[in-house]
Amino acid sequence: MNTSSEKVTEKTEKRDDGDRDESQRRQKAMIGDHFDKLARAKEDGKKVVYTFVPGNLTELLGALDLLPVLPEINALQSGMRGRSGKYIAEAEKAGHSEDVCTYVKCDLGMLKSGNIGPTGQKLPPPDVLLLSYTGCFTFLKWFELLKQEYDCPVVMLHVPYQPDGEITDEMRKYVVDQLEREVIPALEKVAGKKLDMNELSRRLELSAKAEEDLVWVWESARNTPSPIDGYFGGVYYTGPIFSSFRGTDDATDYYKLLRGEIEGRIARGEGPTTPDGPMGKEKFRLVVEGPPNWTNFFDFWRMFSREGAVVVASTYTRVGGLYDRGFRHDPKKPLETLADYCLGCYTNLGLPTRVNLLEHYVKTYKADGFLINSVKSCNSFSVGQLLMLRELEKRTGVPGGFIESDLVDPRYFGKANIENRVQSYLQMLEARMSRGGDLGKATSGFAGILESAAAQAEGLVTLGRKS
Amino acid sequence: MSQETFDSILARARTLCDDRKLETVKAWKAKNPGGLAVGHMPVWSPRALIEGCGALPVACFGGGDQVDVIKGDAYFQSYICHIPRSTIELALAGDLDALDGMVFPAICDVIRNLGGMWKMLFENKLSYYLDLPQNFDPKLGGKFFTLELHRLVRELEARGAPKLDRERMRAAIRDENERRATIAELDELRRKEPHRLRASEAYLAVRAGGTMMAKEHTAMLRALLDAAKSRPARKFDNVRVVVVGSFCEQPPVALIVTLERSGCDIIDDDLQLGMRMLEGPIDLDASEDPVECIALAYLNRGAASASRYIGDLVKGRALIEKVKQSGAEGVVFAAASFCDPALLDQPMLEAALQKEGIPFTTLKFAENTGQFQVIREQAGAFSDSVKLWGAA
Repeated sequence: MNTSSEKVTEKTEKRDDGDRDESQRRQKAMIGDHFDKLARAKEDGKKVVYTFVPGNLTELLGALDLLPVLPEINALQSGMRGRSGKYIAEAEKAGHSEDVCTYVKCDLGMLKSGNIGPTGQKLPPPDVLLLSYTGCFTFLKWFELLKQEYDCPVVMLHVPYQPDGEITDEMRKYVVDQLEREVIPALEKVAGKKLDMNELSRRLELSAKAEEDLVWVWESARNTPSPIDGYFGGVYYTGPIFSSFRGTDDATDYYKLLRGEIEGRIARGEGPTTPDGPMGKEKFRLVVEGPPNWTNFFDFWRMFSREGAVVVASTYTRVGGLYDRGFRHDPKKPLETLADYCLGCYTNLGLPTRVNLLEHYVKTYKADGFLINSVKSCNSFSVGQLLMLRELEKRTGVPGGFIESDLVDPRYFGKANIENRVQSYLQMLEARMSRGGDLGKATSGFAGILESAAAQAEGLVTLGRKS
Repeated sequence: MSQETFDSILARARTLCDDRKLETVKAWKAKNPGGLAVGHMPVWSPRALIEGCGALPVACFGGGDQVDVIKGDAYFQSYICHIPRSTIELALAGDLDALDGMVFPAICDVIRNLGGMWKMLFENKLSYYLDLPQNFDPKLGGKFFTLELHRLVRELEARGAPKLDRERMRAAIRDENERRATIAELDELRRKEPHRLRASEAYLAVRAGGTMMAKEHTAMLRALLDAAKSRPARKFDNVRVVVVGSFCEQPPVALIVTLERSGCDIIDDDLQLGMRMLEGPIDLDASEDPVECIALAYLNRGAASASRYIGDLVKGRALIEKVKQSGAEGVVFAAASFCDPALLDQPMLEAALQKEGIPFTTLKFAENTGQFQVIREQAGAFSDSVKLWGAA
């Protein structure tokens, strides 16, 4: 069993701080500081809230002086540090099915192994589980499972789904009413203090400032070459705003700093930073749907960056908020804005809206292709992706690629297989781009292959019946 | 004579359950020109509300083991459960054309996203995502759900259903209550005299109602009950079990029969949970608005299931009460492969059973499972061990 003093052994290679941008160093320090606070929470008399990334209520928690722990982040960090396989095995030994979400199993395995966080410090147990049920059914079961492990209350915030991509007044009111009547009183009880609405508004104002800079960062990918990678690099850019820092000066400063760095890259005509340093010539511009694999994150990234492929936009980086479609936290309507934020996360949107968004990204960012990384663990993302692929090819004329992996289960990352697929896809794109052809005339993306396979299979069955 | 009656009712039920091309629905529409037929996915949908709008609710449970899934597999990755792929298969083949719309209740991410796929694939049909409340305070979740149900009414009206008539809605609720009470009688008979009505028989009889108006189904169930009570039947020396986890994708009937032949009297289960979701009648005195009565019934009388947040209740307590009240000696967990709600729930339920010393065994299936030998051996070993030693 691990102890709090155990040293975390990182599987992925470490980079010297000298190789990092200043914004990366800043983010690392912020995260380190947050985990220090968590490690000291009990002695400092701070209360701890476990909650989820999509639809998180960070400003509200901050205004009540509560410290958030995000189990998905812990799971992905465990994946990047080569620990998730062991944790998942631990959970499966305890009776959890091999079929279900590996974030959940990784988290439970981590808990059973001493609850050591990514910085090697022991995480404090929760004083409350804030179940913001937004866009993922598994969240609900996850906290039911954690409730069995901890002697603490669970506060549920049911966020309605947007099947038609529209937030109705009824939906908003339902969320606001829950916040007012159940969530805030329960959190105040844990915090031992009343919510100061002015403090909440102050934090929301800071959020909006950071959001403004983040949107600028996302949109910088319209440049050629793109100064950012909006998927692999993008997950770092979302770190502060999706997690514990939204609504703080730290986050606002971070995004200001990041924006400055990217302005510099644009002025110098540079591409994004990659695990191998600055990227070489930009050859392919891609849009990616679906979360990344974390167990082989850098290997996965290099499969693209070494081929000159840059991701100009991605949907995974929108699970914590669709700021680039206009949403900003509004300090003048604190509860309504929290409701709209929860309702508007990417995975809370119906499939047609998701396709519209992807189409917008492909067109606006002048993508040469789009790729779906379909992860076994996440039905919220994955169900419907094969249809999305066909529809996007039809609407944009841009070919799609399809990869299957998992979030944090190393058993589902077949490196050679995935690399082979990525390379084949990029070669196809290259051939297509050199001909300047469109999808209808040239070959085909993955959807075409699927259609043809289904037609062949149908033919075979028909033949079988006839014979 | 009662055996003949019983057999003929069951044969009809079997035909209805196997009616993948919805011939019954087409016949209903021919008799009711302009009437809407509204499909709904498991687990629970407000059938009374759909009937109250003058429409025929049609339970959709995929293709079972009757359909070769070809096109459907091209829409889903290998790690997704089976029911959406066979449902898409049926729809693309035109077998669901008789349906004017489909309701997708909020039970998991797969069914939720299937609703989105429906919108894209069948643009002219209604695809309605029914956001079941996970907040059970009548002033919060109740209010939201009432509005949600009224939205469904408006959608049906927009497609030709007659304007909401409270009396017609109340009559539909009364019919649904009558059906629910009859199913409760059926369940009672299974508990008391499982040899008179086997689980596999009750299953067919209840599932057959998925394409019927409640009143007609009640009449069928009533006739079956009368026949079952008086037919000659032989008792078996079986172990009494509760089956848990099959609330959405349904196992093949042969799997239920296999469990029975392995020495299990299934005296309770969550197969066809939608028909039993409300533990008691919809209270028509709860509100002047009958639509709100349905919403409140779901809030207050909804059975514990993996798709429903337990709130402050103790996980597994409902299952333990069910085991104790029915005099069951063990539990068989039978979940569909890749069913997130059932499989995530299972370890919690297992822990609760272990605490109480209630034996259980666990198996997985797909709707098109065709090999039962391993299941028969497993269930046989389980029933033997419970019979011999009172533990698995």
